[in-house]
Amino acid sequence: MRDEIATSPLLEIRDLRISFRTEHGLARAVDGLSLSIEAGEAVGIVGESGSGKTISMLAVMRLIRDPNAVIEGQVLHRGRDLMQLPEREMQAVRGGDIAMIFQDPMTALTPVYTVGWQIAEQLRAHEPLSKRQARVRAVSLLAEVGIPNPERRVDEYPHQFSGGMRQRAMIAMALSCNPSLLIADEPTTALDVTVQAQILELMRRLRRDHGSSVLLITHDMGAVGELAERVVVMYAGRVVEEGPKEAIFRDPQHPYTWGLLGSIPRVDRARVRRLAAIPGSPPSLLDLREGCRFEPRCGYRFERCATRPELLERVAPGRRDACHLDPSVRPALRRAALDGENAQASA
Amino acid sequence: MSDASQSPALLEATDLVKHFPVRTGMLDRGPKEVVHAVDGVSLAVRPGETLGVVGESGCGKSTLGRLLVRLHDPTSGSIVFDGTDITTLSRRQLRPFRRQMQMIFQDPYASLNPRKRVVQLVGDPFRIHGEGSAAEVRRRVQGLLEVVGLSPDHINRYPHEFSGGQRQRIGVARALALSPKLIVADEPVSALDVSIQAQVVNLLDDLQDEFGLTYVFIAHDLGVVRHVSDRIMVMYLGAVVEIASADTLYANPIHPYTDALLSAMPVIDTGDDLEGTVRRSRIVLEGEVPSPINPPTGCRFHPRCRYATEVCSAERPQLVPYGDGHFAACHHPLGGASPMGATEGTTASEEGA
Amino acid sequence: MLRFVIKRFLSMIFVLFSISLLVFLIFFATPGVDPAARIAGRNADQATLAAVRKDFGLDRPWPFQYAVMMKKLFVTRDLTSFVNRGAKVVPQVLEAAPVTLSLVFGAAIVWVVVSILMGLLAAVFRGSPLDVSLMILGLIGISMPVFWLGEVVNLLSQSRLHDTVLFSWVPPLGYIPFTESPFGWFKALVLPWLTLSVLYIGIYARVLRSSLIESQEQDYVRTARAKGITEREVMLRHSLRTSMIAYVSLFGLDFGALVGGAALLTEVVFGLHGVGKLTYDSLQNLDLPVIMACVMYAAFFVVFVNAIVDVFYAWLDPRVRYA
Repeated sequence: MRDEIATSPLLEIRDLRISFRTEHGLARAVDGLSLSIEAGEAVGIVGESGSGKTISMLAVMRLIRDPNAVIEGQVLHRGRDLMQLPEREMQAVRGGDIAMIFQDPMTALTPVYTVGWQIAEQLRAHEPLSKRQARVRAVSLLAEVGIPNPERRVDEYPHQFSGGMRQRAMIAMALSCNPSLLIADEPTTALDVTVQAQILELMRRLRRDHGSSVLLITHDMGAVGELAERVVVMYAGRVVEEGPKEAIFRDPQHPYTWGLLGSIPRVDRARVRRLAAIPGSPPSLLDLREGCRFEPRCGYRFERCATRPELLERVAPGRRDACHLDPSVRPALRRAALDGENAQASA
Repeated sequence: MSDASQSPALLEATDLVKHFPVRTGMLDRGPKEVVHAVDGVSLAVRPGETLGVVGESGCGKSTLGRLLVRLHDPTSGSIVFDGTDITTLSRRQLRPFRRQMQMIFQDPYASLNPRKRVVQLVGDPFRIHGEGSAAEVRRRVQGLLEVVGLSPDHINRYPHEFSGGQRQRIGVARALALSPKLIVADEPVSALDVSIQAQVVNLLDDLQDEFGLTYVFIAHDLGVVRHVSDRIMVMYLGAVVEIASADTLYANPIHPYTDALLSAMPVIDTGDDLEGTVRRSRIVLEGEVPSPINPPTGCRFHPRCRYATEVCSAERPQLVPYGDGHFAACHHPLGGASPMGATEGTTASEEGA
Repeated sequence: MLRFVIKRFLSMIFVLFSISLLVFLIFFATPGVDPAARIAGRNADQATLAAVRKDFGLDRPWPFQYAVMMKKLFVTRDLTSFVNRGAKVVPQVLEAAPVTLSLVFGAAIVWVVVSILMGLLAAVFRGSPLDVSLMILGLIGISMPVFWLGEVVNLLSQSRLHDTVLFSWVPPLGYIPFTESPFGWFKALVLPWLTLSVLYIGIYARVLRSSLIESQEQDYVRTARAKGITEREVMLRHSLRTSMIAYVSLFGLDFGALVGGAALLTEVVFGLHGVGKLTYDSLQNLDLPVIMACVMYAAFFVVFVNAIVDVFYAWLDPRVRYA
């Protein structure tokens, strides 16, 4: 962590809007995302394809290079708006203070350089180290993430590592400069379930040891449960619900969240007869309405849903949702949504 | 999900082995290496039931799926479908059987020929088996699209005009075309969003009830497998480690690998303490799955097993019954479970006692 | 890496042997063709034919004939051309080889350097007028036939503009051996180098450009950017290095063919008596021994160059080394 007085919050995204000019019109990928994360906090952003979760984080890192992208909004970090920073200064932030790891470890590392070289590249981009010093650091980083024989492994190529090892190496690389924030984009999705458990365990431990904040992007509610303290649920470019993890899991307020939780077959309790699937599919980004974007698939829609529901605190402090349904009727509806169709399966 | 009847098995495989040679260059000397993809798997599937096959990378479940429908030829072992041994049948002899066993694949973006329209993709099975005129095939394709929840009007569209979930439905429609008895589904929902997964799972469920289908459902997602299966087979590095009914497997696993696999699943705590809730302590396995080219001696899981002893590295455990159709291959079964003594040494296909 | 190199060269030797056998069989064992007549030339008399048969052992079984041929080519190097009144073949080839090699290596250096620069610039400034003009330039280069371009160059440099300061240094058409005058060698080859490389610059700049653009969409480039290195470092270290893989394999094919004599037209136009021209002349005269020697030479160099390129490829792409 940088030896500065941490201004609270560590990162604040204000009304981030991202659209793409296409031949069929303007595709609105993110429509007003506002999110803040404190130092040391772990936040999970949950959503499916088209929710805008990945693209918003790429925008935060200023990694979107599409000339047809239109990005508006502010991203405040240590008193500066990252969206306005000159590229040179942004390069110092990227990999230095804010690091990002990506989904598919198979393709995320350059195949023609050794793993050690790639870690050293990041180190030397931010710290004045000689090649030898950087290599020594790379070895100790590999050891820290639990890769056996790090002195030998540091000179091996990515294709000589297994999936889980590659992901560990990526985590090592990302943490090499002690970032205050780590953005992890689906870090465990491409991995086997036992390896997933190892990686999540590793990330928990590293968070403790380094004190960094984590922004976890995923569609996997389970991973969120393992790592995050606060959860933000996104749908079609907007936040539909956010709050502490336990609250979101136990007392979700938005019909989309109900649908999401209902779609997941649970291992820890008796089987259900039928999964509570959400009918239909996510909307095309070209064809978005101003009102609630979930409305076409929502079983509880009514006239008010034609106007955009604001993301507001409606049930408790620290919990926001974007739904017109009266908070008092929600618990009953939720119970019906999640359990109604499902009589306990006969053995 | 339906009751497994006591009728004879629709599909029975005995000691299936599939080794893939590792191709070395012209000038390499030394013993030929093989990938032990499937190394002695036996199973039986009854009409109307769903057998789930679960395991991680390298366990051989995908290869097994392809072996069952003879997309690969087994190195050894036998496959008996509906009473007939199809292990060594030639392609021509196999044809009539191909109508009765179909496969659904994982990647909805790769398993449909992007240059063919839906009517051709779903209609090809009819054409291949010489059934029906063009108009009749068209009619039947439209019917199939409706059955899987797609609009019959889209019959002339190309795959890229559909979403992933819809493409998967097209794959299901294609599999259903010739009214098969058995469908082997290889990771049919893994590439889909969670909410779409649920739709496709429900669809497969409905179709099973409506058409009396038998499924072999291969997946790595334990939650989905448990939901759809009557019985589940757990594989590790080419071998079966445990078979049990879905509920029993999750409630009382016998093999340490099954236990670790189940405990690795993240738990979503929704706070309701419903009946049958099981709380597990997390077992984090050390290391990674070894290469199937050089599998460990004896029990393949022993290098990563916290209960392993001498015998585990020396002797490969046999799959033995523990009662009620529960089988496991382990020298140190969990929970002090003891195999049914009198029937020790029998194979899985003799279950049903 | 060393193991890979050794394996590659062993297999190269095997390939060369197979080629020599195949070439031999084509010339000597094709049914209905009398090799003696071929070797002796068109209007050979009986005495010559008999001499040929004895000399080449054509009455003995073919493995013996093969051995004789290989001996004449490589060991004693006294293979003679009957058509050309007993001129020794192997020295002809050995004399022609440096010409071709000088031409082709020089052109290759020019085209590699220029095409990489062009491809990089075009990719970095993708969509800009610079990109468009570079690609059009490349396309023009591809479209101009080398013999036409060569003749135009000759027209300008040898006659029309020969007296101007631009071209007064150009020597008359022909090859000046390096050993005779290094500077002369260089001056005689400059224009042939540029002419031959024009076609390849166009192709390779386009190949590199599209390879670079494609690599920019790859996950590993995104990771590299996320590390906070500069865009130039991303392009040069990550994109270029991986894009060179496709470039190098293409290069191996083209360069091998050129070395083997495919630069024939350039040689003819500029009066360079290289292997290409030699092959052409011998084909015109149906001078079998020369043809055989040229084919063997060409095959050898193509295989050798490909082996070198493979090794280089393995150095570039570590994934290949263990395959």
